[in-house]
Amino acid sequence: MAINPDILDKPLVTGSDAGALVEFVNELTTLNLGPTHPATHGIFQNILQMDGERIVRVQDTTIGYIHRAFEKLAEHRPFYQITTITDRLNYCSSPINNMGWHMTVEKLLGISLPKRAQYIRVIAMELARISDHLICNSILGVDTGAFSGFLYLFQEREKIYEIYEEICGSRLTTNMGRIGGMERDLSPLAIEKLRKFLKEFPAVMKEFEALFNRNRIFMDRTVDVGPISVADAIDYGFTGPNLRAAGVDYDVRVMNPYSSYEDFEFEVPVGTNGDTYDRYLVRNEEIWQSLRIIEQALNNLPNDGFHADAPHYYLPSKEDVYTKMEALIYHFKIIMGEIDAPVGEVYHAVEGGNGELGYYLISDGGRTPYRLHFRRPCFIYYQAYPEMVKGVTLSDAILILSSMNVIAGELDA
Amino acid sequence: MAFSNQQLLDDLQQQFANSILLVEEPFGLLTIETNRDVIINMLSYLKGHTTFQFIFLTYLTAVHYPDQKEKEFAIVYHLHSWVHNFQLRIKVFVPSPNPEMPTATVVFRSANWMERETYDNMGIHFVGHPDLRRILNVEEMDYFPLRKEYPLEDQLRQDKVDSMFGR
Amino acid sequence: MKITTLDKAPDGIEGEGFFATSFDQVIGMARQNSLWPLPFATSCCGIEFMATMGSHYDLARFGSERPSFSPRQADLLMVMGTIAKKMAPILKQVYIQMAEPRWVLSVGACASSGGIFDTYSVLQGIDRVIPVDVYVPGCPPRPEQIIEGLMKIQELAGNESLRRRNTDDYKHLLESYHIHVQ
Repeated sequence: MAINPDILDKPLVTGSDAGALVEFVNELTTLNLGPTHPATHGIFQNILQMDGERIVRVQDTTIGYIHRAFEKLAEHRPFYQITTITDRLNYCSSPINNMGWHMTVEKLLGISLPKRAQYIRVIAMELARISDHLICNSILGVDTGAFSGFLYLFQEREKIYEIYEEICGSRLTTNMGRIGGMERDLSPLAIEKLRKFLKEFPAVMKEFEALFNRNRIFMDRTVDVGPISVADAIDYGFTGPNLRAAGVDYDVRVMNPYSSYEDFEFEVPVGTNGDTYDRYLVRNEEIWQSLRIIEQALNNLPNDGFHADAPHYYLPSKEDVYTKMEALIYHFKIIMGEIDAPVGEVYHAVEGGNGELGYYLISDGGRTPYRLHFRRPCFIYYQAYPEMVKGVTLSDAILILSSMNVIAGELDA
Repeated sequence: MAFSNQQLLDDLQQQFANSILLVEEPFGLLTIETNRDVIINMLSYLKGHTTFQFIFLTYLTAVHYPDQKEKEFAIVYHLHSWVHNFQLRIKVFVPSPNPEMPTATVVFRSANWMERETYDNMGIHFVGHPDLRRILNVEEMDYFPLRKEYPLEDQLRQDKVDSMFGR
Repeated sequence: MKITTLDKAPDGIEGEGFFATSFDQVIGMARQNSLWPLPFATSCCGIEFMATMGSHYDLARFGSERPSFSPRQADLLMVMGTIAKKMAPILKQVYIQMAEPRWVLSVGACASSGGIFDTYSVLQGIDRVIPVDVYVPGCPPRPEQIIEGLMKIQELAGNESLRRRNTDDYKHLLESYHIHVQ
């Protein structure tokens, strides 16, 4: 097709067309970000109205691209099998989800755990928090253009995985612990690896902080980017590091201590502006506090057993199943669903990697829950995203997303 | 804790005289049942109250009880007063079919997506919601999967032989 | 200092100043060692892929230094994680956008078969929408397994006949997925 030569001859802007140019400049571009955009670390779709580089408004936010029907699935699985589903909620910190679920069921059943089991849980949960925050902060570094932080920290995450493997045998989706305790005791090798980690990790963390904390480029990219006020954060249901970055010291571990968190001394870091930089700093500081907790738990590890004396609900060890009659009977009863849970309605929350991870469980006395609702922190606070990116540039919007640490598995359930 | 379950209950009973239908305390968590005419007033009263300060909506969800006539759906609100570390659960039962509820988005902005999720899963119609659409499932879906009568599994699968699963 | 070894030359006739072999083999070798993967990471397996990309396992050793985030320049589609029914059309579109020759690696139980999520919202295996070359089992597979899957793809790429993509068999395969080649 030939081009009409008149168009080529026409000057771009003439006197009467000057107004049209202004109109052209003011015209908004619609940009589709996601769901497979590499910079979004997960599958969310945002349709943005752009004025040049700036986002005027978010026209539509679509989620649900990995909706896996956890809540429906949970209604069809016996209690002890739901642990595997919770693994896949926030897969960056699976042990926290596992323990939260176990504690919910234990609350319903009225089982209390020996201190050693609780301390092992605390160790596992704090390791998970560290690995969760490591992912978030290292990826935030990648988004600002610094790849080396990612390489440094992933080396350390591998060490956390190795400790997980010693504790439960698995790396990412841990399925750690049982209802009524842990499935095995901390092995001497696990303790040795933990000690080694506690000794070596701070050096790497300090190096990472030296790279980023006062880095001119990093600060220029993150300070005052995507701030949120306290009132907005509470109204939008923020919890966890994102809320603390805004300046509210709400932490489930402190307010409603579970699993003996009241025994440990740690601080809850808070930010002031709730911007990306504050979120980054709060996460970094929480890593240090988690290390403190692990150290205390390891030093004061009591010696009163790694599981509760609740044979009706706690799966016996395979060795006992093969050699002892009672253990075989209980194993059979638990696996075949002969043992029913009491009727009840219970809510239990733990401080997950991203905030208050709650389990609302209704039991009708059967072997499966009647209804299980997961309070997923990501899902609730991600709805503030369209509000937070109003008026920022596209590159900053990516940073805000990764600093909020929205995990698709938890978002979509 | 600056007040007890009883104090809160007394205050609510005074304020919403005939609307507190049922009171329970499972695991120490005060659970009250009310009706849909007063629920939004109650939420904003509790949020704005100078003593109680229930400023945080922890979650909002729904439960399906197909066997309870006229009370098929329970909508559950979980409020948390951070100042006093006090939690409260409020339930409202609505009948099927066409369950309708007034929206809580006027009180808590965080209720927006939680209500969309509840609509998506259970088909509760939140009247006055700014943008009540499906959120997790595909738009074309023509049923509400979390209702008890619908199956869990993908009905389009052909490679599943029942005899292999002991059915 | 580490000693760098060269890849083994394909079979051929060698003489002074010349080396003759078939196009199939030499192009296969080149493709095999320069696969550009498109990481289509949706969930848990994506985190294991990040570990595979990290310094500990280092996928770059296998010629996949550059993850190609644009489907147009990618050779290998690595699908990692659950694909819900909402996501399936997008996955198919990404596959169609890729240029021939293209390979698909399905990482993890969810991508291969739906995994533990036999539910109304999850696609029961990506082979329902696109053809798959190699499946990697595991939930999630360890990085070693992902690397082994990549090496299997390398094997396929190295031994593939240049005319395979023009055969009727291949066209029928794509037609069976309703993918029409121009």
